[in-house]
Amino acid sequence: MTASALSIRNLDKEYARGKPVLRGISLEIGATGITAIIGPSGTGKSTLIRCVNRLVEPTAGEIRFQGEDLVKLDRKGLRLARRQIGMVFQEYNLVERLSVMENLLCGRLGYVSPWKAWLRKYPQADIDRAFSLLDTVGLAGLANQRADSLSGGQRQRVGIARAIMQEPKLLLADEPTSSLDPKTSVEIMALISSICRGNSIPVMVNMHDVELAKRFADRIIGMSGGTIVYDGGPAGLDEGVLKEIYGGEGWLQ
Amino acid sequence: MSRAWRRFGPAQRAARWSVYVFIVAAIVASARAVEIVPEFLYDAPEQMQDLLRRMWPIAFHHYPAGVHDALVDTLHIASLGTILAVAMAVPVALLAARNVTPSRPVNYLARLLLVSSRSVNSLVWALLFVAVFGPGALAGTLAIAFRSIGFVGKLIGEALEEGNAGPVEALTAAGAPWLSVLAKGYWPQVEPSFWAVVLFRWDINVRESAVLGLVGAGGIGMALDTALNLFQWDRVAMVLFAIFCVVVVAEVLVTQIRKRVI
Repeated sequence: MTASALSIRNLDKEYARGKPVLRGISLEIGATGITAIIGPSGTGKSTLIRCVNRLVEPTAGEIRFQGEDLVKLDRKGLRLARRQIGMVFQEYNLVERLSVMENLLCGRLGYVSPWKAWLRKYPQADIDRAFSLLDTVGLAGLANQRADSLSGGQRQRVGIARAIMQEPKLLLADEPTSSLDPKTSVEIMALISSICRGNSIPVMVNMHDVELAKRFADRIIGMSGGTIVYDGGPAGLDEGVLKEIYGGEGWLQ
Repeated sequence: MSRAWRRFGPAQRAARWSVYVFIVAAIVASARAVEIVPEFLYDAPEQMQDLLRRMWPIAFHHYPAGVHDALVDTLHIASLGTILAVAMAVPVALLAARNVTPSRPVNYLARLLLVSSRSVNSLVWALLFVAVFGPGALAGTLAIAFRSIGFVGKLIGEALEEGNAGPVEALTAAGAPWLSVLAKGYWPQVEPSFWAVVLFRWDINVRESAVLGLVGAGGIGMALDTALNLFQWDRVAMVLFAIFCVVVVAEVLVTQIRKRVI
């Protein structure tokens, strides 16, 4: 592991006073590779990911990215930092009434002035890049299709392409496969894996499917009750560890 | 053994009964308050016949000289008023929508503006503007515009609030500036309701501006007022018929456009 892409120190988050969701999370994300975060529902996986780009405001702690503490950034600084962090969502979060191409170009909105975006005057370089990404994610020929006419798997491909359009230095994925069937889930994870390994983009991904996490992640973080209880390779995830993460044991039989 | 089942509990049943009783009481109270004079009621059919007879035949010959220009004025008042209203209502709607402007005091202030616009009838707005700008189409246009702000602003504001937060979140996460989030996250979502609201309001405004002339705010209402004052019932019929035709045409037009936009 070389220099870390993201370094989280003593991160706390409480939505209501006195009810912490994240308790003193400290975590280094390496410059490459896929880090999967697993854990039971409500344990703060999603909150952790959303604290990184401050879609959720952290209560305390430090998040260092590209030499800056994201927690301390003002509005403008945060916006500029967010341009370098791509995000993929469980519900895809596409703009349904826009075309596939325009959804991809939405990934460039941080770099294009609002007026030019309104007039759909995107730089040619962005358009070229979008077309080539469409080929990469297997949606060639669908550029002018409206997003609401696509299937779940296709939508998530658009979501991934949109995030990659940002040329991110880090990719966050919040349960990217939880709304998809098992076969499509594997395809989507394979796509994320190949694109991000090819472009050396480190990935931080939430999953609730342990097998899928084992299959694609280089490193697995197990969370329980707002703290990290496991941090290591997929091979180390034995029954004892899973019991510690999820509690109980009847489900393991 | 059979188990008893009732959709509503005793308290709910009592509440429902009291609503029925209240409705009946309200009808009785209102009937008393309007003080129907039986003599007027008895000869109403006769009066109605007399009126219709005076209205027939419709004075079509009156149209070119006395109605046409006023009718075009009315359309101008309605269209320009609607455009002005939309221009003023959109910023207020953005301030009123809680998800777009996350500040409660600002939301309430914007809502207060919208409510005050709606609480004044367009005839009253027209009276105000006639007093300020003198009689004519300008007063009518402003009356239409100010009455419409509340309607257009409220409905667009609600459409904004009902929008899906997901795309907005995605664009924010991509580092898009606020105006771009507005243009690419919110606007595509509210676009169909925006056009539906604007066209519907234009349709209402065509009808409303027909009445504004009664208080001197220009348009076909002036022609109606003159004819009424001179007891020229055949001309009154002509004006009413013209308004009817315009409303029908507006309805057809609006339906067609709406079908194409959404």
